[in-house]
Amino acid sequence: MPTFLDSIRTALALIASGDPDLVEIVLLSLRVSLTAVVAAAAIGVPLGAALAVFRFPGRGALVVLVNALMGLPPVVVGLVVYLSLSASGPLGVLGLLYTPAAMIIAQTILVAPIIAALTRAALAEMLTEYDETLRALGANRIDTLGTLLWDARFALVTALLAGLGRALAEVGAVMLVGGNIDHVTRVMTTAIALETSRGALPLALGLGFVLLMLTLVLNAAVLGLRARLEGPAHA
Amino acid sequence: MKTAILAAGFALAALPAVAQDGVVLVQSTTSTQNSGLYDHILPIAEEALGLDIRVVAVGTGQALQNAERCDGDMLIVHARDAEIAFVEAGFGTERRDLMYNDFVIVGPESDPAGVAGTGDVSAALAAIAGAGAPFASRGDDSGTHRKELNLWDGVADVAAASGTWYRELGSGMGATLNAAVGMGAYTLTDRATWLAFENRGDLVILSQGDERLFNQYGVIPVNPAHCPNVNAEGATAFADWLVSDAGQQAIADYSLGGEQLFFPNAE
Repeated sequence: MPTFLDSIRTALALIASGDPDLVEIVLLSLRVSLTAVVAAAAIGVPLGAALAVFRFPGRGALVVLVNALMGLPPVVVGLVVYLSLSASGPLGVLGLLYTPAAMIIAQTILVAPIIAALTRAALAEMLTEYDETLRALGANRIDTLGTLLWDARFALVTALLAGLGRALAEVGAVMLVGGNIDHVTRVMTTAIALETSRGALPLALGLGFVLLMLTLVLNAAVLGLRARLEGPAHA
Repeated sequence: MKTAILAAGFALAALPAVAQDGVVLVQSTTSTQNSGLYDHILPIAEEALGLDIRVVAVGTGQALQNAERCDGDMLIVHARDAEIAFVEAGFGTERRDLMYNDFVIVGPESDPAGVAGTGDVSAALAAIAGAGAPFASRGDDSGTHRKELNLWDGVADVAAASGTWYRELGSGMGATLNAAVGMGAYTLTDRATWLAFENRGDLVILSQGDERLFNQYGVIPVNPAHCPNVNAEGATAFADWLVSDAGQQAIADYSLGGEQLFFPNAE
């Protein structure tokens, strides 16, 4: 059995070697997941904001639905996207199956509800706090929305990071729709699954540590940026 | 919402979309990938043919399903009867023998069922069933799973034993071997995956050599009459290359730890 120390050593050696295959896999992971988070934010932030601020019939049910969709199993999303993009499926003509685009679509579906639900929660809480003030100022719903989004910006960053974490970590969906094709659709998680199936457990776990470090660096970068933006206000 | 659609459209547009010329997508069994065979032969084939060959490695059952749905240009699998049925149904153009190796029964070195050295595979399986020793089955409709069910036929009623000593994992070969290591179970594996597998724990080969453990791989281009979207030209070129002298030599040249993993036998 490999020890964790072995695997950490493997991870460090992998990073130090700058292995071109590893770099390619890491870059594809980032490209797919970051694109998916941007697309999911473009859907999730407006949706979450609308659910927090506007009152319309069916809103309560929609809130429950969006919250429930945070628990979408990746493998089910992968299956649905696979069947849709399959050459015999409704969107087969696009030829997207087994491409990074298919992986982005699947991850966008997984991440959008997370961003929408967290955005709604952050804005709804703020709204109860600000509502009277905003009314007294005669703000309309659109002004309210703008104020809330700006004041909740740090909570939104957290929502995006939660979404990014989900995207970078999932394997079930990208394995099915990407196919784990070497040099084309192989990402960190599918590479880990492959090495596990080869019984190369130290390497698999080493790749796991690389992924963990990647997530750490991304989070540190975003939170560092946030601290710098926040800094002057507190000075 | 408009921004969302724009952003999604932009993201997709920035990526290669429709299946390109020169790309051949192979739906494949896992043993050929896990053993490293593709890492050895694909660069040689791509160089010789000027093709971009991509492999999706799943079990044989799933590979056949995916190819039937037209999500691949050709198949490299190992379940002869299912392959012949695939071609007869009009999904593939022709099936050709590609190469072979064999299956082996591996199990814990302590060998609680006492199958070590039993050449007759039926006797080995009967001993495992008789001892009620744990047996890890793929349970995933793969080529190896189909072979295993054939071997059990007339030896033991494994369906009735499922959940007791007979454990259906519904997993790939590698995952099944990992589980067998963890459970101290016997299992049936192709020799190539076994030789390339690094987490053997205390598992060793206990029974081998029975002629029924023969493992034949076949190659089938997907039929363009069934799937107009396939790259039939590229698939035929790659299939022809695989059964040519150059392809067969490339397969024969691949070895791991001094052992040849696949034996070419195209006609």
